[in-house]
Amino acid sequence: MSHTPILTIRNLSAVFPDNNGGLRALDDISFDVHPREFVCVLGPSGSGKTTLLRILAGLISPTSGSFMFGHGEQPSIGMVFQQANLMPWRTVMDNIKLPLEVISMDSQTARTKAQDMIELVGLQGFEDSLPRDLSGGMAQRVAIARALIHDPDLLLLDEPFASLDAMTRERMWTELSRIWQARQKTVIMVTHSINESLFLADRVLVLTQRPGKVKLDLKVDLPRPRKDDIRYTSHFGRLARKLREAIE
Amino acid sequence: MTKRLTPILISILSFLLVWHLITRYSGIPNFILPSPLSVWTRFLRAVDDRSLPYHTGITLIEILLGLLTGVLFATVVGYLLAKSRSLERVLSPYLVASQAIPVVAIAPLLVIWLGEGILSKVVICALIVFFPVLVNTIVGVRAVPIALYDLMNSLHATRAQILWKVEVPASLPVFLGGLRIGATLSVIGAIVGELVDAEEGLGFLLQLGDFQYDTPMVFVAVFTLIALALMLYGIVTMLERRFLGWQEK
Repeated sequence: MSHTPILTIRNLSAVFPDNNGGLRALDDISFDVHPREFVCVLGPSGSGKTTLLRILAGLISPTSGSFMFGHGEQPSIGMVFQQANLMPWRTVMDNIKLPLEVISMDSQTARTKAQDMIELVGLQGFEDSLPRDLSGGMAQRVAIARALIHDPDLLLLDEPFASLDAMTRERMWTELSRIWQARQKTVIMVTHSINESLFLADRVLVLTQRPGKVKLDLKVDLPRPRKDDIRYTSHFGRLARKLREAIE
Repeated sequence: MTKRLTPILISILSFLLVWHLITRYSGIPNFILPSPLSVWTRFLRAVDDRSLPYHTGITLIEILLGLLTGVLFATVVGYLLAKSRSLERVLSPYLVASQAIPVVAIAPLLVIWLGEGILSKVVICALIVFFPVLVNTIVGVRAVPIALYDLMNSLHATRAQILWKVEVPASLPVFLGGLRIGATLSVIGAIVGELVDAEEGLGFLLQLGDFQYDTPMVFVAVFTLIALALMLYGIVTMLERRFLGWQEK
């Protein structure tokens, strides 16, 4: 792993206007993210996790502080939301192609790339299906494929599996882990599940209750590739306990 | 297809039969309630002497031009109003007030101002079409999920890309609902204009038939109008099938 960070976040704060002096969502957050690192941001609801992600995606501006990407310019971003957020009028293929249309890639190349992504997320045979015909897990896999297709510098995941049932969610962890290893992306993922963060991340940042501050920065030194049963090892248990204690 | 058409066909045939029986046995004179057969012969004659195709063509042009102008303005204004709350606050009193004035009531005024030619009819038609399309455009654009804007913004999409790839397709179902109402109303608009004063068009033909106690002609004109309205309705339905297939189920 390289030691020049791809993302440097310094003293980031976010205050939303409200009736009594503003609602402070994030308070003085600072951390670095290295290339190809999988970072999970863990925290209770209302700790400003999503706000952090939205700032990094450029959807909102921070009130103070700064964040800078390694090469100094606006990075390309792939984002996966809590809901799959697919366009209901587009087929699986066309939903996945969307980011390539935005950068005006020619349609033939785009199709080939989308086909590769469809295979990566295991949706062969569903190219022409509409979102209404997909299960929650399948829809979220389309969303992941869409977030990866334009080969973004940074992948931002906002509780992507929160809306899935427990079984599907755990299967998606393995899937995401495999995809991440295949594509070698820098990932920042927001979650409120300790298991999820330990299963997936190289590093877990724990935020406090609002206003969110970084309370713990924990390195997850579990070996990869991680299998389902890693959750029953004693080391996993120790890490989980540290995270649990950090979350109020 | 035959399965869907059969009940419609049966319904039309029984309607004609009942109508025929009423005119045959009730003793109502033909100039008050003409028989279906006399309407049919009048129709053939009107086609033959080219009066029906000619006047239908005029009305159709008025409707299409009115519909086009009305929909165009309503879509542009509706989109701007949907995107700007302050613009909406400034304009909405006028828009609501304009709807409080029945277009039918100001139709004579418009004919005085714009003349008895085609222009006044096009304007009346456009005015009647404007409001339902406007309202549905606003509702449709406002209903575009915010999450899709987030998605497009995270991809650094341009304004134009957001318009064509998100706003247009997402608001299309509601917009076409408005167009469906507008298309039906456009026929009324053109006819109201023609009834006020016109030298040509189905409204003129209708009035001519009325003055001359040529009641079968009045019926022919009315049925032609119904056919026009159904045709427009059918076109909108086709558009919905073509563009909103993803919604079905």
